[in-house]
Amino acid sequence: MTSSIASPAVRPVSARLARRLDRHIKERIIEAILFASAAISVFITVGILYVLIKESFVFFSQVPIGDFLTDTQWTPLFDDAHFGIMVLLSGTAVSSFVALLVAVPVGTTIAIYLSEFATPHAREIAKPILEVLSGIPTVVFGFFALLFVTPILQAIIPGLPGFSLLAAGLVMGIMIIPIVASISEDAMRAVPMALREGSYAMGATRLQTAFRVVFPAAISGVGAAYILAIARAVGETMILAIAAGMQPQLVWNPMEPAATITSFIVQVALGDLPHGSVGYNTIFAAGLTLMLFTLVFNMLGFWLQRRYRERY
Amino acid sequence: MSTPTLPHTPAKIKAETKNFNFYYGDFHALKNINIQLGENQVTALIGPSGCGKSTLLRSFNRMHDLYAGNRYEGELILHPDDTNLIDPRVDPIEVRMRLSMVFQKPNPFPKSIYENVIYGQRVRGVKNRSILDDKVEEALTNAALWNEVKHRLNDMAFALSGGQQQRLCIARALATDPEVLLFDEPTSALDPIATASIEELIGELKEKVTILIVTHNMQQAARVSDYTAYMYLGEMVEFGVTDEIFIKPKDKRTEDYITGRFG
Amino acid sequence: MSLPPEEIAAIRANIASRKTNDLIFATIGICCLGFALITIAALFVDMAVTGWARFRPEFFTEFPSRRAAQAGILSAWVGSLLVMTVTAMVAIPLGVAAGVWLEEYAPKHWITDVIEININNLAGVPSIVFGLLALGLFVYTFGLGQSVRTAGLTLALLILPVVIVATREAIRSIPLMVREASFGLGATKWQTTRDHIVPYSMPGILTGIILGMSRAIGETAPIITIGALTFIAFLPPAPITDVAPFISFEWLKAPFTVMPIQIFNWTSRPDPAFHANAAAAGAILVAMTLSMNALAIYLRFRLRRNIKW
Repeated sequence: MTSSIASPAVRPVSARLARRLDRHIKERIIEAILFASAAISVFITVGILYVLIKESFVFFSQVPIGDFLTDTQWTPLFDDAHFGIMVLLSGTAVSSFVALLVAVPVGTTIAIYLSEFATPHAREIAKPILEVLSGIPTVVFGFFALLFVTPILQAIIPGLPGFSLLAAGLVMGIMIIPIVASISEDAMRAVPMALREGSYAMGATRLQTAFRVVFPAAISGVGAAYILAIARAVGETMILAIAAGMQPQLVWNPMEPAATITSFIVQVALGDLPHGSVGYNTIFAAGLTLMLFTLVFNMLGFWLQRRYRERY
Repeated sequence: MSTPTLPHTPAKIKAETKNFNFYYGDFHALKNINIQLGENQVTALIGPSGCGKSTLLRSFNRMHDLYAGNRYEGELILHPDDTNLIDPRVDPIEVRMRLSMVFQKPNPFPKSIYENVIYGQRVRGVKNRSILDDKVEEALTNAALWNEVKHRLNDMAFALSGGQQQRLCIARALATDPEVLLFDEPTSALDPIATASIEELIGELKEKVTILIVTHNMQQAARVSDYTAYMYLGEMVEFGVTDEIFIKPKDKRTEDYITGRFG
Repeated sequence: MSLPPEEIAAIRANIASRKTNDLIFATIGICCLGFALITIAALFVDMAVTGWARFRPEFFTEFPSRRAAQAGILSAWVGSLLVMTVTAMVAIPLGVAAGVWLEEYAPKHWITDVIEININNLAGVPSIVFGLLALGLFVYTFGLGQSVRTAGLTLALLILPVVIVATREAIRSIPLMVREASFGLGATKWQTTRDHIVPYSMPGILTGIILGMSRAIGETAPIITIGALTFIAFLPPAPITDVAPFISFEWLKAPFTVMPIQIFNWTSRPDPAFHANAAAAGAILVAMTLSMNALAIYLRFRLRRNIKW
């Protein structure tokens, strides 16, 4: 009916829209491709968990989980094999603790200084430099820890071995400083100016305003920075593999060499373990432990970060 | 509020500006301002947005020192010791310890009610608990908030209503024993009932302290102030007894503003 | 309420003592900042000085050797280049597409939330865990071998969150009116995205890509886990051949080494002569990553300045 009304000179509407279906299909295909790309990230996580859990399952079918959690020896490659994850965890904990002892005070001080004391100009220069520094490859930090920091430490502390958690932890701390400084500074900058004005109007100094008003107001963001720093320290690999030695031993003294979860994985990967051996499966059990820890820290960190973003 | 017997200029001056100028970088924001604040009186600054009234108020406790590129010129004298508050040799912190400020939007700190009120004493290094307790009660009473919060001094300040928060900010300012209290549009973020209670409070507070208030609300200026200054484009057009300014303004520009022809 | 002179003097004394604390803190702050910067400077100078003797043209054209003075980084930098090519080809399209979907297409739905949370989490997963993923999945399940393609793929997954987040941030800064203008002219969603959204957010996306690649080029742990060789005295097959079809992808399957692995290997040797090699290669790697990061940050800085929607 439409065609009988339309004059021959004008193209009928249906013809102009003839490609509509075409276009619709093309749009849907593209959308599907884009969605698939985004969904791949989920498959990565699923893949990680699948691989870790599958291989760990094989591992735990041979090593009782009770032994894994309570044994105080870690000798997976010996004939008398022991699999006490506490050994590796102690190395990770001690080195991370040393790192945080450096990164938290120094990073926080830098953040407060940049946020509350430095001129905007100085801040604009210092922040990008810090960000650039956080991009130095960790293998280079490892070299630095072993061949620069360790000799200096040995001169100060006689009897310090050539590999130590102390040297590795210190350099790891230096590496993490920019993370703590940058995230904490962001959190403090996000505190509204009205709060600072309120404090200054009461006759407070910069330091008092920074510590009594700005820092407490930014506490959840600063907490997020600390937790992300812990996650980073726990997952750091190369510095420890190079400078901390790889002897698995239960330690509480940072002056000693020790293996961590991550450096153990490197050690095994460097050797030639046959696929399917218990030794091969060990690194996945270690990796699963590492993954669980970082997952918890990251979740906590993001939760805290979101909290301060909502507040202001 | 004001009585017809008020002289054209305040009898006893607590603070005054003499040929005061202020610059935001190159922008000449305040031009040759001369104003006198009568002791224990309320002086209101009115004028359209951007006329410089808040800029002038914030000059009184050197808030502009917090940002780079700002410059003062002329004199801003605090009596009776005749200190020039904007003299670069005078520390802005000293100025802020003597003149306190209440902001446009209530800005309590993310702390308890108690800690908010006592903040000024804390930064001065006062640690004696009984002195602090007395100060809190006195300031909250003077800010007409004591009865509402006396049983929950340790609650977070954010838990209070907007009007209560603003009275908390007033208490916070009062607890430092200021000689002059500066109000920067203190009711613009509040509902009419909260506004009425703050206005009533200002009337009571002038017994104790000299008050300078910026307001965009002319009725408010008429209700609370003894003297009023009308500012326009960074200049002080007219200054005088509030009733005279509102009933028979001398300047045409003041009259246009007050009768609502612009602004 | 007026102050007698002695009280003003008391106020001034009070301020003076408090401002001393300010000064002390500011000094400590500058010292901390200086500490961080000087340490990094020391790192770089130490490497450059230690490795100084190795900075000769031959260093770039020689294979590793048992004699430190003759060992070079040829196989390492070629390996890095090839691995980075694979990483870029996978991570860039995937990351940008994912970012576009999340910003422009994603419906308000729990699946979207899952994807978002997941990307945030992936960004925090230690790199060595990606190595385990690659070992278990790519090497043994998919049979891709301990090859250039496995390494490239692994690093691509590792930097995917960086590219996605940068893409999203760049797209988010484009105001709604641009989309409305395009839709108003009858463009479809994809036409709007292709002709406006992606081109306008290009500088921001580029920043993310550079940051991601600079991270990937320095990554060591996952590559070790896959099983990169540390001593390689040959190059992968060339991508261009003299027989038809003149293009070969055999290099994808080749065993390889990369710059950080070479550095790790040399650092771990007891012979100090090799430490000089490690230092020289390290200085080159640091110079590369630092200049990439600096470029990215400069781009971002320019971007923030120039575009005012």
